[in-house]
Amino acid sequence: MRRVRGGVLVALVAVLATACAAGSTASAPPDPSAVSIGFVAEPANFDFTHTDGAAIPQALLYNVYEGLVKLDERGAIVPLLAESWTVSEDRTIYDFQLRSGVTFGNGAPFTAQDVKFSLERVRTAWTISLKSKMDVVDHVEAVSPTHARVVLARPSNNWLFDLTSRVGAMFTPTGVADLATTPVGTGPYTVAARNRGDSIVLRARTSYWGAKPAYPTVYLRYFRDPTALNNALLSNRIDVISSIAAPDSVPQFASDTRFQVIEGTTTGKVVLAYNNARAPLTDVRVRRAISYAIDRRALLDTAWGGHGTLIGSMVPPTDPWYTDQTADYPYDPDRARALLAEAGVPHPTLRLRVPNLSYAVSAAQVVKSDLGKVGVTVNIEPLDFPAVWLKEVFTGHDYDLSIINHVEARDIVTFGNPKYYWGYDSPRVRQLLAEADSGTEQRQVADLREVARAISADAAADWLFLFPNMIAAKKRVTGLPHNQVGESFDLALLGRA
Amino acid sequence: MLYQFARRLLILLVSLAVASVAVFLFLAVLPGDPAQVALGVNATPELLANTRHEFGLDQPLVVRYLRWIGGVCVGDFGRSYVTGDAVAPQVFDRLGVTLWLVGAGMLVALLIAVPAGTFAATRHRRPSGMLISGASQLGVAVPAFLAGVLLVRVFAVQLRLLPSGGWTPPNQDPVEFLRGLILPALSLGLVQGAVLTRYVRSAVLDVLREDYLRTARAKGLTPFRALARHGLRNAAVPVVTVLGLQLATLLVGAVVVERVFVVPGLGSLLLDSVGNRDLLTAQAVVLLLVVAVLLVNFVVDLLYTALNPRLRQGA
Repeated sequence: MRRVRGGVLVALVAVLATACAAGSTASAPPDPSAVSIGFVAEPANFDFTHTDGAAIPQALLYNVYEGLVKLDERGAIVPLLAESWTVSEDRTIYDFQLRSGVTFGNGAPFTAQDVKFSLERVRTAWTISLKSKMDVVDHVEAVSPTHARVVLARPSNNWLFDLTSRVGAMFTPTGVADLATTPVGTGPYTVAARNRGDSIVLRARTSYWGAKPAYPTVYLRYFRDPTALNNALLSNRIDVISSIAAPDSVPQFASDTRFQVIEGTTTGKVVLAYNNARAPLTDVRVRRAISYAIDRRALLDTAWGGHGTLIGSMVPPTDPWYTDQTADYPYDPDRARALLAEAGVPHPTLRLRVPNLSYAVSAAQVVKSDLGKVGVTVNIEPLDFPAVWLKEVFTGHDYDLSIINHVEARDIVTFGNPKYYWGYDSPRVRQLLAEADSGTEQRQVADLREVARAISADAAADWLFLFPNMIAAKKRVTGLPHNQVGESFDLALLGRA
Repeated sequence: MLYQFARRLLILLVSLAVASVAVFLFLAVLPGDPAQVALGVNATPELLANTRHEFGLDQPLVVRYLRWIGGVCVGDFGRSYVTGDAVAPQVFDRLGVTLWLVGAGMLVALLIAVPAGTFAATRHRRPSGMLISGASQLGVAVPAFLAGVLLVRVFAVQLRLLPSGGWTPPNQDPVEFLRGLILPALSLGLVQGAVLTRYVRSAVLDVLREDYLRTARAKGLTPFRALARHGLRNAAVPVVTVLGLQLATLLVGAVVVERVFVVPGLGSLLLDSVGNRDLLTAQAVVLLLVVAVLLVNFVVDLLYTALNPRLRQGA
């Protein structure tokens, strides 16, 4: 008995020792040609033509799939598979000069026929609702193998911008048989392996048309739990945290000499939504009063550790029509009280129905306390996100106030949709948005500036802050984007120190 | 004996049927629209209606239940709302991972509990025995996820000896697999081991007081040999019962521990599918857990009679 027990003990110790020893040798010299990046949301599959959500384009766009144009870090539209393009006088005909010598991951050459195939396929084969972004396309012509012409039904600036997103991705007819598991694109990487619930392995293509990426192998690893994600970087399992999920974990990376912390902007606007269609918020004075009553600087410090940027409208600083509107509603509780009294509702009671996400719940506490000081009673109701929030607030419009991060780029256009959950309807804003879409680029900038001013003047919502882009990474990884402007985590930008 | 078996089997089947209804209803009444969650914020009403129809959500509850359970009976768990893949292979994939975790956790628990419990029982009046009792009391009070967080902090973040999480399939890289298994198995096993130690201790203690053991000692056997030859089998009866119950606790504990260690097992699948209102996947996972618990109880009942011949006549 005693000897048996001893044997078991020795065996156990041996197993532990070899396992640990293997660990120290494995993690000591990290493979310099591979990089491992940690994310929170894992793609359900690889087919963004049928499955919505940010996770698939984040992993695949610009990395496996490429479009004619892409978005650079400053938010500008730059050439990718198109070397250049021209726009007709009436802004409905786009002529794209295509790069030659481009091939897909399955060896098929990329030509104007593929442009026609891909853009038309959005309308015929895609099922996600974003496909409506290509509704404006009248038809596509393959003029020559390197010349594609797109004819729009009406002029649209938004369309060219949308081409930088997933709906602009180029496919080949020979590579769409099994998009959910085998994506085939022209990008610098192909999917080499997938371990569901854990990771995706990307390998650089030898036949890629552009510059070779700095890392031949990339591991995209997925961690549902933010603490597990942080621990993975601290314990050398990954090299980069694509987005720090909780601001209170920033100091532990900033104070560690192994790491760098990069902070910039995103397109995520954390909005205190007002239900413009429901009394008493139908009264602009009540909405303005709330905007005056909230100390946004203090809110940002409390809710998100001071990380992030104050904005005064639905526009991040990376959009060309950004102007500083942070002074539109300075913190002024006296004025808020006066406005409420003027509107005849000095002590309204409002339901603040928020998704059960940490930033929303902490911001809700500050909103409740700030509004309490001016006589507004706020009842906070956290709702399960996404299911319940989408049903009750977003679809059902059953709310007075809500808080959510609007992550989509250039979604200022939602203020032109009276059926959107804002319940906001302004004929002038709709008119300006339509003009912005069809006019010249200068016109677009001028019009959207005007829209941003108008929705702020109407206090259509309160823009609490812009969500920060916070990346923590080992110092050897360079080229990480300061600003997250598009849908993609662009691996081609990365470099090795 | 045969009557016993048939009776227990009948109880098992009835419990399964009731459980399937309960599982279905609990998930069906969850607020939120699976089609809306699957399609996201840009979904148009027409698209939503189409998708609801495609998922069969526009059917009455009874029809939905019968369709689902009818499929389940022939091994078809339907297709996931989120991935569009068949649910069954996904769930069984994840089950494999969770079984490794539960198995390893149980092994750790037994390796701790049997020697420690027996030791504490044979020395229950001495400081060393009391120390073990005290330590096990402490272990009982620590939830598995907390043990997990602490283990990660020490062994992964501070010492960097073992990975903080993740999963490598055993056939891909056996060494990495073992390294990844150690911390989750320890956090599950330590707590369960502490609980089990207390049961082993009291079971052995009871046996030690029995007359037949005194007789064995009188024949000249050492305390350990007497216990080994005559005592342990008797002590095993109550322990096996607890072990069965613990297997259920371990499965539930694994759900949480998988989250801490980013292990792609049933637990993480369940959390994700409930969050996404991927009802068919969630139903399959919960049903599987229920079946596992019921089966374990069934087997424990049978083992019970096998271990203790006296129970065979009772019926």
